[in-house]
Amino acid sequence: MDSRFLEKNVAITGIGQSEVGRPSSRSAMQLTVDAALEAIADAGLNPKDIDGVCSWPGDNSNGSSFSPVGPLSVMTMLGLTCNWFSGGYEAAGPLAGVMNGVMAIASGMANHVLVFRTITESSNRTSGSKDQGLAAKSGPRDGNFMWQWCTPFNVLSVVNITAMYAALHMETYGTTPEQLAQIALTTRRNAQLNPKAVIRKPMTMDDYFASKMISTPLRMFDCDVHCDASTAIVLSRRDMAKDLRHPPIRIEAIGAAMNQPYLWDQVDLTANAMPDAANAMWARTDLKPADVDTAQLYDGFSILTMMWLEGLGLCPKGGSGAFVEGGHRIALDGLLPLNTNGGQLSGGRTHGMGYVHEACTQLWGRGGERQIRDPHVAVCAAGGGPLAGSLLLVKD
Amino acid sequence: MRKLPLLSAETRQFWTGGEFGELRMHRCEDCSRFFHPPAPICRYCSSLNVTPTPVSGRGRVVTFTINHQAWTPEVSDPYVVAIVELEEQAGLRFLSNVVNCPPDAVEIGMPVTVVFENVEDVWVPLFERAA
Repeated sequence: MDSRFLEKNVAITGIGQSEVGRPSSRSAMQLTVDAALEAIADAGLNPKDIDGVCSWPGDNSNGSSFSPVGPLSVMTMLGLTCNWFSGGYEAAGPLAGVMNGVMAIASGMANHVLVFRTITESSNRTSGSKDQGLAAKSGPRDGNFMWQWCTPFNVLSVVNITAMYAALHMETYGTTPEQLAQIALTTRRNAQLNPKAVIRKPMTMDDYFASKMISTPLRMFDCDVHCDASTAIVLSRRDMAKDLRHPPIRIEAIGAAMNQPYLWDQVDLTANAMPDAANAMWARTDLKPADVDTAQLYDGFSILTMMWLEGLGLCPKGGSGAFVEGGHRIALDGLLPLNTNGGQLSGGRTHGMGYVHEACTQLWGRGGERQIRDPHVAVCAAGGGPLAGSLLLVKD
Repeated sequence: MRKLPLLSAETRQFWTGGEFGELRMHRCEDCSRFFHPPAPICRYCSSLNVTPTPVSGRGRVVTFTINHQAWTPEVSDPYVVAIVELEEQAGLRFLSNVVNCPPDAVEIGMPVTVVFENVEDVWVPLFERAA
């Protein structure tokens, strides 16, 4: 494959995650330190080896529970000397921190980059703090580029918009609510084998249909669950990764394209930006969708997981309903084990980085009871609407 | 109860045309295409010759959802959020509400017409089932 695609010179060498609380009694900074130190030790490094830090979205909103800790505070807390650091919301979705870290190493700006994502939406809710999403949108007038076209119509959460994607998917392709339910049921089944998952109670199809309707056709069990957690990985120059603790996990390809307007009602309503990112990713590798052993796909809302299956070419366009029918293809022992730690629907809304952590856990064979059989290639994807990013990971 | 948008040089005509009974969408005078959201440049041909232009206000429901979650105490009854495509141009669409009918009467493909709800200096363009 073309040597222009320099992400292949970068590998994941360590992973870490704090406790996943609902809520956690630990502070946002403490959770972040827990995850960071675990990831750095897991790589066989020490903090002084880290010379780059990236996060998405970083401290984007004045300490908001959506992202209370950014790269600058982590660098300061850990006493790092960095040649590269970046955070910020305007990028290709929740995997953008990984992509920025990969590009920093590939371009020679850094050797070992810590990438992390901290979120404290659970304790924020339970404390009744003012910074929760809805209250943040309750200012006098909305001038946000995206939200100003939503809040005047009482669209205060993107659940309404993803619900419209789901309704159109059902109308256009005949996708059924029972098929959609398989995302929630599968992730719950997987969560039961993950000691850190925040909801592990068994779920039946009847339970799914008894769950509260939020915005037709999406129910509460189609929406991810808030948690307090920090997740981190260490990215290393591949030639420096060989002597570290684990076999390096190569960044085979990254996809970050957006070929559509950045508005949730202006994008392709049945595809979103997912094929943009996915096609860009597949163009950077000789591997094909059929080579993927496990998929860790964004499930902020269940319909987005279905659309990622299609966008990545893991099933035909419009065919995700048939693909997940009955749940056997996406089960741990199926053709394409999906969201093997319980995803965000049951594992907890670690928001993007959890997929990368789980992909590495599986590739390294550290999945315990939920370990799938001998995976070599994993795809991670996150985002919905106009935001989409994907990563293809290969165990060397 | 609605949160109101900040009116900017680009968005003011969209949000206030209702005072004159008009839904105004930005249109490129050079390539004749409408585009949304409003901007000082045509995103199709890069022309700066763009003008807020009245449209018929007629369209159809591309997709919709009935919101059941009470996000705020002021808005607790189920309401319809829809994406409406205007008849002037394929893909010319925006998110709005369908009002003046029971939520379960709304269907994908349903023809709708614009109605305006005036709050302060904003005329929010909503849609109702076409007669």
